[in-house]
Amino acid sequence: MPFACIFVPDFPAEALVRAEPELRSQALAVLEGKPPLQKVFALNEKARRAGIELGMSKLQVEACIQVLLRSRCPLQEAAAHAALLDCAQSFSPRVEDTAGDTLLLDLAGLESLFGPLPKIARDVARRASDLGIEASVAVAWDPNTAVLAARGFSGVTVIPEGEEADRLGGLPLDVLFAVFSAPAQKNDAERFLETLERWGVRNLRSLAALPEIAISERLGQEGVRLQQMARGRTSRTLVPFDAPLIFEEAVELEHPLVLLEPLAFLLQQMLDQLCTRLSARALAMQELRLQLALDSGCHATEDFIHAQPREEGPKTSAHATLFTRTLRLPVAMLDAKVFLKLLQLDLKAHPPGAPIMKIYLSAEPAQPRHSQNGLFLPASPVPEKLELTLARISRIVGENRVGSLELLDTHRPEAFHIQHFAPSESQVLKDSAFLTSADKTNVRKKRLVAPFSNSQGEPQKPYPEINQQSGTVTALRIFRPPLRATVALRDGMPGHIDCSRRKEVQGEINWLAGPWRSSGDWWEQEGWARDEWDIALPAEGGIALYRLVRDLLSGNWFVEGTYD
Amino acid sequence: MSSALLCADLALDNPFVFVPQEKPDLLRKRLPNLSKLAGVTLGSRLEIRGAPEIVLSGIPEIDMLSDGLPRGCLTEICGPVSSGRTSVLLAVIAAATRRQEICALVDTSDAFDPQSATSAGVDFKRLLWVRCCAPNSYVRTRNTNREDSSSHANNASLKAAALASENSRNERSESSVEQALRVTDLLLQSGGFGLVVIDLADVPFKTARRIPLTSWFRFRRAVEHTPTVLLVISQQSCAQTCASLLLGLNGIEKVFSMPAASTSDAPAHAQLLRGLSINAELLRSRLERKPVRSVHASFNTKMSWAG
Repeated sequence: MPFACIFVPDFPAEALVRAEPELRSQALAVLEGKPPLQKVFALNEKARRAGIELGMSKLQVEACIQVLLRSRCPLQEAAAHAALLDCAQSFSPRVEDTAGDTLLLDLAGLESLFGPLPKIARDVARRASDLGIEASVAVAWDPNTAVLAARGFSGVTVIPEGEEADRLGGLPLDVLFAVFSAPAQKNDAERFLETLERWGVRNLRSLAALPEIAISERLGQEGVRLQQMARGRTSRTLVPFDAPLIFEEAVELEHPLVLLEPLAFLLQQMLDQLCTRLSARALAMQELRLQLALDSGCHATEDFIHAQPREEGPKTSAHATLFTRTLRLPVAMLDAKVFLKLLQLDLKAHPPGAPIMKIYLSAEPAQPRHSQNGLFLPASPVPEKLELTLARISRIVGENRVGSLELLDTHRPEAFHIQHFAPSESQVLKDSAFLTSADKTNVRKKRLVAPFSNSQGEPQKPYPEINQQSGTVTALRIFRPPLRATVALRDGMPGHIDCSRRKEVQGEINWLAGPWRSSGDWWEQEGWARDEWDIALPAEGGIALYRLVRDLLSGNWFVEGTYD
Repeated sequence: MSSALLCADLALDNPFVFVPQEKPDLLRKRLPNLSKLAGVTLGSRLEIRGAPEIVLSGIPEIDMLSDGLPRGCLTEICGPVSSGRTSVLLAVIAAATRRQEICALVDTSDAFDPQSATSAGVDFKRLLWVRCCAPNSYVRTRNTNREDSSSHANNASLKAAALASENSRNERSESSVEQALRVTDLLLQSGGFGLVVIDLADVPFKTARRIPLTSWFRFRRAVEHTPTVLLVISQQSCAQTCASLLLGLNGIEKVFSMPAASTSDAPAHAQLLRGLSINAELLRSRLERKPVRSVHASFNTKMSWAG
């Protein structure tokens, strides 16, 4: 049964490079510890060539001017590890989370799906690279052999069955003991390593050549197990790990950000990573949550009203405040550029108001939407473009002034609210589902007939109506706010009107209809009661009809609108 | 070189040279090879744009008048206050939403009445409502309104208040129109809408007239070759030659009413408005390649409570 191992050398440094790709071309050392006792915890190959070693103090490293120093960032390591898991699970459902920098995949049966084993190994490495991680991938018929090969050889390695001992023979003994991570295991590993070095055993081939009984007598069963690993003859059960569907990216900044432009640059990288991870799992994004840890020591502007304390999540400093913005999308999308533009528009409308120290970006995954519409359904706006358009329109006309209407269940005038406009496909499909089969046949017949009716060169006929209304409804145009008016009564009815705000709404009332009395909510504090009159006033082209309202609670007269 | 070709070459340099009409075939073959005419399509080979697809407006009388509303074109409906423009508008939107099309209403004056739209059969799930009214001026107008209520003491102050409110209304209209034009640009660029309506009905004509003609040309170009119906309602025609179809509504012909006492316990003098009779006129149509006579039609509207 073939197994693949993904191993990321210098994982803490690689996690930092993933967030800042420009660091890949430079010597980088990762420091850990409290100042001033910081020591080198990880470093990349270029820093190693520059003479830096693990455990060196910050002062020693600073003597080498070519090396960049960064503090260890557990947030970015967690994000990189999650990305690695996404990469592995995009190929195999059985993945073992062996270590922070090592994953094992069960490749049984995947050859018929993804091709031969070398191709799978190359694809795994390529996908990891797409996620910003340069990893070594090894395929072998034994999990431990795959791990040793991935740790020992860089790039892609495929070890055929039966050649394990030959291929692993040249690896140093350090590779064998590198899998021990617990402190107690490390002590045992150091003891074994010291003993074997005293015996003159330098590589795995030497260890494999030793007599098994002698090893058992001197090193015990652990020694025999190590020798079996060196020979590539162990077998063990994979422990599958079901990674939760959490998609989060985080960046801790060296210097606080003040401008939105560099923030957009960072957001673009994070969104690219998130979209690649979601794409690897064949998922899309339904909700995007941006959290910015702000330096609360600085003065916040008045716009800083959306900051909310975070209840749980990544560690933040005691003086940081979290600024949260959430984008809820009507349909699941996977376009980093659209998300970036939406975030930019949102942040321009709601600036954080203080320097940014950390950036957290999390995505709520969802199944990708089906892009194919019905053959007989009219075209509708592309959801991604529509979201951008709505965000831009909101910037022009203001929030809550664009969207679709929803009427409230009351007779109170102006009882509606505006909700986010989302003409989803499900709505269209739902409506078509409401039609009976006879209706559907009828509609299709009508729609099929219409386009072919211009065969004789006549203008194309319109689509027939599905449900033609019996008559046209007289519309009312609302004056928002209503116009205050002075009304003179004659025989208890309005006879003359004077409206200071509109010169055309004044004069003798030619004709009137009403009153139409209504009231409601009298059981609450916001009760209302009114008399409505429909009045005709002389206008330029003839007459103009208005709706005149008397508020019975205050006794004031208002012109509410005009019939048009 | 034949004499005709020689004459053609000469004519390019000097337009006053007479070109004889002999051997036209040779001349036609030769002309495109001349460097000065490279890229110029012969008039006889220009493609004639096909007749646009027509959709129903939702009012049979209007459809009889104009054959419906053309897709990919700008249609303008103009008329004075209470001439039935908004009733036609709601009927068009309702018809479009019944066709399952996505519609957008750019409401320059924030005058859209949801109750009327519900009665007309508009599906709100498919209607994007953009309320273009500057909030600042909205607040300012409300403040003015409060001040007005306490300043009715004499006619002079009344006239001054009316003048001030008229000015503020004009300013508000200008900023709203500016917003409406920007929003319309975005909507047309976004694409996918079956109907985009710009409601300029409450915008004073002198403000609407200030909309640059280039804006209308841009809108017309944006909807060209798309299935979008771009509809503008206004007091007077402001899109001018950019409108492929211009309908005029001439105001109320007749008001239908009935005594409310016959149907309810209302007082004997009470009346109930039941509907209006509207006169419409086809002012201009570019859809047919023949001069259009002035054609009139009348249709009735009913109030939502008239059943």
